[in-house]
Amino acid sequence: MLERLANEIPRFFSGNNMILLLEAAGTTLLMTFLGCVIGFFIAFNLVYMRQTPGVFAAPLRLVAISYIEVFRRIPFLVIIYLVLFLIQAFVSNASLFSIAVIAICIYATAYTAEIIRGGFESVPRQQVEAATVMNFSRWQTLWNVIVPQAWPVIIPPAIAFMISFIKDTALVSQVGVFELTFRAKELNNQGYSGILVFGTIAFAYFTMSYPLTRFGQWLEARLASPGHQKRP
Amino acid sequence: MHHLDIRNVRSAYGKTEVLSDVSLTVDPGQVVALVGPSGSGKSTLLRVLMGLNPPTAGEIHLDGERIDYQRKASVRAARDRMAIVFQQYNLFQNMDVMGNVTVAPVKIKGRNRREVEDEAGRLLAKVGLSDKHKAFPDQLSGGQQQRVAIARALALKPEILLLDEVTSALDPELVNEVLDTIRALVADGMTMLIVSHEMGFVREVADTVVMMDKGQVVEMGAPKEIIDAANTQRARDFFGKILRH
Repeated sequence: MLERLANEIPRFFSGNNMILLLEAAGTTLLMTFLGCVIGFFIAFNLVYMRQTPGVFAAPLRLVAISYIEVFRRIPFLVIIYLVLFLIQAFVSNASLFSIAVIAICIYATAYTAEIIRGGFESVPRQQVEAATVMNFSRWQTLWNVIVPQAWPVIIPPAIAFMISFIKDTALVSQVGVFELTFRAKELNNQGYSGILVFGTIAFAYFTMSYPLTRFGQWLEARLASPGHQKRP
Repeated sequence: MHHLDIRNVRSAYGKTEVLSDVSLTVDPGQVVALVGPSGSGKSTLLRVLMGLNPPTAGEIHLDGERIDYQRKASVRAARDRMAIVFQQYNLFQNMDVMGNVTVAPVKIKGRNRREVEDEAGRLLAKVGLSDKHKAFPDQLSGGQQQRVAIARALALKPEILLLDEVTSALDPELVNEVLDTIRALVADGMTMLIVSHEMGFVREVADTVVMMDKGQVVEMGAPKEIIDAANTQRARDFFGKILRH
């Protein structure tokens, strides 16, 4: 078997295969990034909706809470199929890539919403009261007081979530998006050794995640003290 | 007509009534001190005035005009005329000293930043913190933070300043620097409603002392009458206990 592997290696690491895998890695990164970043912004608004006080905002709160609670309890793979079939029912020529991004976005929104809410709630109530008695509106309190204090709490787990999602996007290979795992399966089907192919993409996943993890840790250390960014 | 007129105000946290029928008045230039045991509703009364806790009954008038705590505009107007300093200072942790003092006048009231910063500089000089403009709250002692909080409240140019146990969270050696700052405000003729456990200070600066217990006003009058010669047994017990130290 080792002999077979040794024979295959030069052929496998050919230019064509490498370009294919690099492209696939790019697809993996891009859809994770797009899905998570868009999801983050939607999540931010969901949390704002969820924390809107008053009787009239009750439907808003209900929508936000239901979304967050429901989608965190559905397996990602099921969300992918659901999005695939729902979208294909209405748009027959929808690209698989956009379907994958939407699925990632739906899932990331529900999870990052909880991260954002945790960040907002880490800011002491007294900070909000101090703003309230000075006539800050809710929006002004959010941007001037809550967000600057909450983002050091929000950013590290949000980045950690995105990094872990780079791996989880392997599931979208199930619907045929040309990402890393899908290409690996293709190459495997073409006759390349499974050990070689999946070993290679395992390494690729690692080299994508690890630097980002270190970046996340670096950011976390930098964000550890409040007011740091303005200090001499 | 009184400057601030509190009539039969009640307030509750859930089903627990914290204020049951409180009435008192504050006139321009007066210092009114609320005293009484913990849980007697003193701080809650200040919170009700600022619209942080809703009153469940009664009326509050500013210069004869009723504050409608159900209406945002009315509460906002009241907050433009009264400012509160909290026991725990509650400075914005993400802003330096200058930022804390200027944020509301500049961003909320829309005043000219230069003008506000000049004014803030004078206020910070007044509270003895000219050299701390760029310090962040966590780099300051409790006494310094509380003086910043007082400067922040004054930057709003309130007609009435509410002080909620502003020295209670401080180490003993830091209490005096804050009391001195308040003395200077009294000398300027600032109208104040203060909650305090510093009886010596209350006796010195207050025009009227209001003794509260269990959400009600027990006695009210000049410091001498109330602190030294209270009519009710409840007030005599309270002052007897805290003055013995």
